[in-house]
Formats: sequence, structure tokens, C-alpha cells
Amino acid sequence: MISKFLFLEWKSFTRSASFASNLALKIVIGFFAAYFILIFLGIGVGAFYILKKMKLDPVVAVNQFLFYYVIMDLIIRLMLQKIPVLNIRPLLIFPINKSTIVHFSLGKTILSFFNIIHAFFLIPFSIVLLIEGYDPASVVFWFLAVYSLFYCNNFINILLSNKDNLFAIFLGSAAILGGLHYYGIFDITAYVAPFFNALFNTYWAFLIPVVALVVLYYVTFQYFKKNLYLDAGLSSKHDEAKTEELTWLNQFGAIGTFLKNDIKLIKRNKRSKTTVGMSIMFLFYGLLFFTNGIPMYNNPTMHIFAGIFVSGGFLITFGQFVPSWDSSYYQLMMTQNIPYKGYLSSKWWLMVIATIVTTVIASFYLYFGVQVYLTIIVGAIYNIGVNSHLVLLGGAYTKTPIDLSSGKGAFGDKKAFNVKTMLISIPQLGLPVLLYWLGSKYGSPTIGLALVAALGVIGFAFKEKAFSLIEKTYKSEKYATIAAYKQKG
Amino acid sequence: MIQVNNLSKTYNGTTVLKIDSLEIKKGESFGLVGNNGAGKTTFFSLLLDLIQPSTGNIINHGVQVNSSEAWKPFTASFLDESFLIGYLTPEEYFYFIGDLRGQNKADVDVLLAKHEEFFNGEILKNKKYLRDLSKGNQKKVGIIATLIGSPEVVILDEPFANLDPTTQFRLKKIIKDLADDPNVTVLVSSHDLQHTVEVSDRIVAMHKGNVVKDIQTSPETLQELEQFFAV
Repeated sequence: MISKFLFLEWKSFTRSASFASNLALKIVIGFFAAYFILIFLGIGVGAFYILKKMKLDPVVAVNQFLFYYVIMDLIIRLMLQKIPVLNIRPLLIFPINKSTIVHFSLGKTILSFFNIIHAFFLIPFSIVLLIEGYDPASVVFWFLAVYSLFYCNNFINILLSNKDNLFAIFLGSAAILGGLHYYGIFDITAYVAPFFNALFNTYWAFLIPVVALVVLYYVTFQYFKKNLYLDAGLSSKHDEAKTEELTWLNQFGAIGTFLKNDIKLIKRNKRSKTTVGMSIMFLFYGLLFFTNGIPMYNNPTMHIFAGIFVSGGFLITFGQFVPSWDSSYYQLMMTQNIPYKGYLSSKWWLMVIATIVTTVIASFYLYFGVQVYLTIIVGAIYNIGVNSHLVLLGGAYTKTPIDLSSGKGAFGDKKAFNVKTMLISIPQLGLPVLLYWLGSKYGSPTIGLALVAALGVIGFAFKEKAFSLIEKTYKSEKYATIAAYKQKG
Repeated sequence: MIQVNNLSKTYNGTTVLKIDSLEIKKGESFGLVGNNGAGKTTFFSLLLDLIQPSTGNIINHGVQVNSSEAWKPFTASFLDESFLIGYLTPEEYFYFIGDLRGQNKADVDVLLAKHEEFFNGEILKNKKYLRDLSKGNQKKVGIIATLIGSPEVVILDEPFANLDPTTQFRLKKIIKDLADDPNVTVLVSSHDLQHTVEVSDRIVAMHKGNVVKDIQTSPETLQELEQFFAV
């Protein structure tokens, strides 16, 4: 039976849409995977010697921070790791034990990337410990114990996966604990480190996480088995709907009709809500540049780069996927009496309003000086004048249908990678950075800012021209877009 | 009037639709029948300019559909669930379509009240988004939405599929009422010969992309069609 399941898995893997995506993307993904593996390997091998150099006992030091490592792992899982359920529905009616189905579904998660990645740190680190003459039994038990903790996270994530916003709570608590630790008010590691040290120093202590893992597996197994019904664990959640009229938007005429729709679209779908969350993250992205967090980033040319990101988070994450947001009912839109202009204007206004709102919120950057906030305002002007048109134009070539209900993919949709879209997005960031650099090199930073702002104003002045070009592009891409949106996932 | 001239659609060398000439008169109730793959949906998609013809064209009330968009204001259609906006409630969807067709909220409400029986209490004020409705109820919403703004051409692909028997009866009445209006041309496709015969005054049967029968409905039509399809 398991072999049959494996066969299904293999087929679903090789035939999945993301696997079939283009070669360039596969190389990029492969590159990223290799990058992470190398980093983990490097840390695994290097950690021991670096800590030694810092005159710390490597095992104690690592144990001290394992708590944060494990919590961060859980947060990342809650955010990113989806439970890879076997396509269970079609199997229920066949003569297969429910236990087999559940065991296989759970077993599959063991091979998840989120579990394997830790091996690249833990195995080399343990080997170094052995080479350096630590007690082999201690090292092996410690390794088993720590790995069990990561697998505990795996199953905790599965059990908690249906609870929304949980990761935010965890993230918040971790941030608070980290902050208290950093400022020396309360050091949680002082309380938990003894536990991790015990894993190393006491032979039997490793049994605690191992037993915890077994218990967790059992609980998860029972939970799934009990819920293996169409109206229980396999049902989809239905939200209670409320009709909203949003009549205040009527004053905008035809654009109002679409704005109403777009607002509902953003409010009622997981995917679009993630986008809004992402744009809030972009708002704080600037902190990396303007504080001395990463010294490399703290120079004027990088600042304009940040300015564009801070004010344009929504524009970049949402605008990039116009018209894909409407992909599931694109045929309807194409048969209705809809002027492209009204449709596009509505998206444009949405982005402009969001950019202005973000810029106002970003006024807390004034803390870092007027120049910094000025950079952000200039970024906003450029976003409104130039980028808003560019993302709409790029959208005409982004023929990736969006599954509104699914939350994943917001970190860059896999299939949305497209050479034309990429070419259009170069001026989005490259041009202002270049202009600013030229301006500040041959004049002053203020001249640089003025140049970027001027380009934004020029772009705004040519709005009508830009829109008719965008409209033409949408029309010429119409049939290809309809055909692409028809193919799901 | 809808005029089809030398229309064909070819995918990778396979011709899936070929209609040399077909004329659908204004006010006609036109039924399209055929097996899977006969080209019914392809024909409707071409009529709505959702796909491009390989050769030929369709002229809808004097407008060539693949070169002008002027047919949109008087043509309404429902092909499948992809014509619904899943995250809206039925009411919001009707008002949205109403906005696009120049109908205010009151106009739409009048139309909805008229079709309350058709909805059978399962659509309006149900606190459900369209995506959470059953297939049959989704279809009800899509069909009624085509009536908003009194279109002159109504195109329905497989309107009877997924509907319960009572609703099928009610739908037949709605289509017949539409057909009685001399200004409204109704185009309906179906696998169900009996339903189609009941609501159409002219029936065209398609097979592998070609028109194989074109008959004015008479008491013998059903028998004739049954004989043709009983292979």
C-alpha cells in the first residue's frame, strides 16, 4: 500500500505546476537551496572554532541559544510550512485502513525541507565535537535530543496549523524575550540553558524530548484519525458572509464600482490579506537601512532604494499581480460592458491611496532625521508617478492565475517569473538609484532627491499617455490571458 | 440578428469548429445540442470574443465581435462558474453587474424580487459567499445575473445541468418568457434534448464541430433528435 502512495506522491511532485515551470526559475530555486545548505554547513563546522576563539565553551554557548533557535524554527514553520496532506478525499472510499492513511500523511512531513535543513547544522557540529574529543555517547544523545525537539516542532505545527495569527503571537513573545535579554532585564536563557546542558551532560535526559516526540506523534495521529471525515478535518472553512454596500464609494462613479470590488477582494481572501501584511513588513524594512543595523546598507544610494520600498510595499506586492487578482472570473470581466480604463484606474487609485497612507505612517522615520523622511517622500512621488504605471504594464504580461483562497505564494509566486515582467521591473528600482547616485555625485544629495522626484512628477504628467499604452497592451494580450487563467494551478 | 460567416477554430491542426454560415434571427429562441466535444462551448466562446476565430467572424446585431466591443452592452451570458466572483455575496454580485449595466440598486431589487421563487430562499440573505454555495445555487445566481439590464441577447451554456427538478421547471418558464419577447434572442446549449426542445423554437445539432441538423421545433422534433443521437 505504501508503495502505491509513494507512486501517487511521485506523480503529484513531477506533475505539479511549479515543477513544470521554466528552467531559469528552477536554477534560481536550486541556487537558493544550495545557498541555505552552505550557510548551515558553514555554521555547523565553523561555530565550534569561532566560539572557542571567543573563549566560550562551544557546547554551553550553543545550548544557551538553542532555546531561541527552537522557537524561531517553530515560528518559521507556523508561517511557511504547510501540512502536506496526501490528497485524502479520493482514498477514503477504498479499502485502505484509516491508520495507514494517517501514518503516511504524517510520515511524509518527516522528510520536509524544514526538518532536513537542521541536519546541515547539527551533523557537522556534532562531528566536530567528536573530533575535538567530547564524550561520544554525550554527543550522540545530545544530537538525538535536539533533533527530537525539531521534530516536536514539526508536529506542533501540524496540530496548530488551523489557527490563524498564532505565529504572530509567538513572534511577539520571542521578540519581547529577545529584547529583555538584549537590554539585560531578564534573561530567559539562564532558565532554559540548564535543560539543554542536561541533555548533554546527563545520559538519560535525552529521553525527555524523545518521549515528548513519541507522545506528540501519538496525539497528532489520534487527532487526524478522529477527524478523517468530510465534515470534520477535511471540510473547508466557511466564513459567515456579510453584504457590504460601501455606498460612500458611489461618488467615484465607474471607478467606485471597481474600488468597492477591490476592497472586498482584499478583505475577504487569504492571499490578498497576506499581501497587506507583507506591505506592512516593507514599511519597517527601512529600519535595516537607516539604523546602523547593517552598516553596508547605511549609505545614501541604498537609502533611496529603501525609500521606494518603504512607501511602495503595497504597490509592489499588490500591483505586481494586476490583473491576476481577477483571474478566477476574468471571463466575466471580458464579457461585461467594462471600459479597461475604469478597471485600471481603480487599481491605480488603490495603489496611490495605499502609497500615500504608507508615507504618512512612515513619518516615524523622522526620528532618523528630516533627510531620511524626505528620501521616503521622494520614493513615494516616484512610486506614484512612475512605478504605478510600470507595475500595471508588467501585469499585462504576468499571466499567472491567482488562487485567492491560498495564502502561500505571496513571497513571490513561482510561476510569475517571466522575462518580460522582469525587464519592466528594472526601472522600478534601478533608475531612481542611478539618478540619485548621479545627482549626489556631481551635486549634492538634495539634487539627487530632486532628480528622482522630478522623474516622478514627469511620469505623473504623462499619466494619460501611459494609460492608453497600458490599455492597448491589455487588449492585445486579452486572449492569451484568458487562456492562461483557464489553466488552474 | 446574429450572423456567422465562414467561422472555424483550429488547435494545432485539429479543427474543433467549422460553421460556414448560420443566421440566428432577432427574437429567436435558439437551442444548441450535441455530445461532448461537439463544439457548443467553443461556439459560445467565439460569440463572446473569449477566443479568437481561426477564420471567419461573427456579427452580433451589426457588430463584428472580434473587432469591436460594442456588442457588450446588449449581450449577457453565463457559461460556467468562472463568471462568478467567489468572494462576493449574491446580493453584492447582482449589484456589481447592475452597476456595470447601468442599473441602480432599486432596478436590481425589482428584478430579484421577481425571481424570488426561482431562488427558493437559498440565495438571498443567506450569509454565504458565492464560493461557498452549492453548484446548483451558484448556477441560479449566474443565470439571473444575465437578466439584469434587459439584454437583447442572452447566452446560457448548459443552464439545466446541476439544477434540481423543481428549479429546472422554473428555469424553463424563465427562458420561455424571455423567448416570448420579440426583442430578445436566447441561445441555450444543453445535453438534455427534451429541455431544449421545450424552450427553443429552433434547434441546431452539432457533431465534431459541424452543424449536422437545423430544425424548427415541431411535435416530432424530439423524436427526430433522439433517433439521431441514439447510435
